[in-house]
Amino acid sequence: MTGIRTSDRKPTAMIALLRSISIYIILAAVSAAFVLPLAWMVSVSLHDVRGVFEQPFAWFPSQPRWENYPEVMGLVPFGRYFLNTALVTGLVLAGTLLSCSLVAYGFSRVRFRGRNLLFALCLSTMMLPGQVTMIPLYMLFSRIGWVDTLWPLIVPSFFGSPFYIFLLRQFFLTIPREYDEAALLDGAGRFRIYWSIILPLARPALITVALFTFIGTWNDFFTPLIYINSPEHATLTLGLSMLKSQIVGTGMTQWHLLMSAAVMVMLPNILLFVIAQRYLVKGIAMGGLR
Amino acid sequence: MKRSFTGYAFIAPWIVGFLVFTAGPMIASFVISLHSWSMLSPPTWVGLENYQSVITDDPLFLTSLWNTAFYVVFSVPLGVGVALALALLLHNRYPGMGVFRTAIILPSITNIVAVSVLWLWVFNPDVGLLNAFLRWLGIEGPFWLQSETWAKPSLVLMSLWGVGGTTIIFLAALQGIPRELYEAAELDGAGSVKRFLHITVPMISPALFFSVVMGVIGSFQVFAQAFVMTGSAQPGSEGGPNNATLFLVLYLYKKAFQEFRMGYASALAWILFFIILVFTLLQTRLSRERVYYEAGE
Repeated sequence: MTGIRTSDRKPTAMIALLRSISIYIILAAVSAAFVLPLAWMVSVSLHDVRGVFEQPFAWFPSQPRWENYPEVMGLVPFGRYFLNTALVTGLVLAGTLLSCSLVAYGFSRVRFRGRNLLFALCLSTMMLPGQVTMIPLYMLFSRIGWVDTLWPLIVPSFFGSPFYIFLLRQFFLTIPREYDEAALLDGAGRFRIYWSIILPLARPALITVALFTFIGTWNDFFTPLIYINSPEHATLTLGLSMLKSQIVGTGMTQWHLLMSAAVMVMLPNILLFVIAQRYLVKGIAMGGLR
Repeated sequence: MKRSFTGYAFIAPWIVGFLVFTAGPMIASFVISLHSWSMLSPPTWVGLENYQSVITDDPLFLTSLWNTAFYVVFSVPLGVGVALALALLLHNRYPGMGVFRTAIILPSITNIVAVSVLWLWVFNPDVGLLNAFLRWLGIEGPFWLQSETWAKPSLVLMSLWGVGGTTIIFLAALQGIPRELYEAAELDGAGSVKRFLHITVPMISPALFFSVVMGVIGSFQVFAQAFVMTGSAQPGSEGGPNNATLFLVLYLYKKAFQEFRMGYASALAWILFFIILVFTLLQTRLSRERVYYEAGE
């Protein structure tokens, strides 16, 4: 189970077959464990209020209640949550990719005074828990009237995030310097090299960062929880949490509705991932090797 | 000189962000931590009193520290171990690996609050998926989140469901290892265990190091799960049963945004930072000789 490819080893055909079969069995079991809760969630979301508690649980309800979905959308402004989340995520993606790649280029390709010191400082802020700056930032955003708006969720992303700066810099370092030097000799400027040579070559890394950023922003709960008070500015994550308190906390046992809401919160995420995963795999296969 | 200017121009976004969103607020946060401040009335200077109370006179802080330590100690090594095992399995060039990979990543990219809502129901002792499965095996499962003993292990178990992201990082690192290294080692007569220890591990050590450090930092800040899964409609009820899931950040959040004790919460934040700092420096020191970076300057 060392993950070294069989061809490296030239074992007998029998051993190779046994090995592949056992790997398939393990992976199938693990995959089932990962996917079953999701399938179960969808199933619960299609039951009625009593079916959820029936034993044994019917994985395929005889009359799936698709109307749970419109019902929960009538209960809370889901469309609004979705638009807010999409807007925030889109702008954060743009801000993160642009700022982090610029900074990573500066830290990996341009020599300047104090570079190593500044990079170390940048890295060290990775350790800084957001809770340290949370209260003063809340005061700051509150003073300029940004509390209960989407701005505190968006604006900081345009100023670089040390996680992704580090990731991109590591990738930029693996791109041969000869490309830059050749372009410099041809009279290209630094920005041009960044834009037309490094960025296209760093596509796999940029896609990885984009995926992580998307996931991180879409899932972010802490920031909206602190800054957003009114439902019309809530994101999906915060909206679902509000609904959960409503349903579970007050003893209403409408788990089927809560699950419908959870499915709807997850769905765009999963759909986008199914599309983006191809890019990620292609990126790794194409440029991730070197 | 011109070069220096170009360099600063490229990193300018981070410099501005550092000053406005990190350094400035850090200073402010420290100053606030030396005050007693409810936001409604003006702050009063108390010096180091907040820190003193947290450390010597706050049993709930110690509880939250213990809870958080438990979560970090179990979720990080287990998570990295499981992710590495899965990445090694997925690294085989068999047909159909893509399907397994998708299945494993899928949960990790979903919404944390949605996941918490789902697992809240998975952990339901009577009709939850987990105990239904255990019953099928002939085991009567515990009360999970409702049990003081099992509440933290429940959240650790749930965290393993999200190792897909780390798996992908490891898988990418594995795919980046040149085949020639294995071929050369094989010519030298190295067996598969030796090749794993002397080629695979060093070659993916930056990814391993990165994941461990990030895992520790991330799980020290565990919040959403506990907030969503252990609270009722009443604010302040989060962190149960009997404070078994009161993690550091949850405690801090409650102090700041439910009790409005901004000075005390700021002191808590600095203590959290100090703990994370010590752990990260420790890991960096430990790994200095063990992490292999190629093509570095």
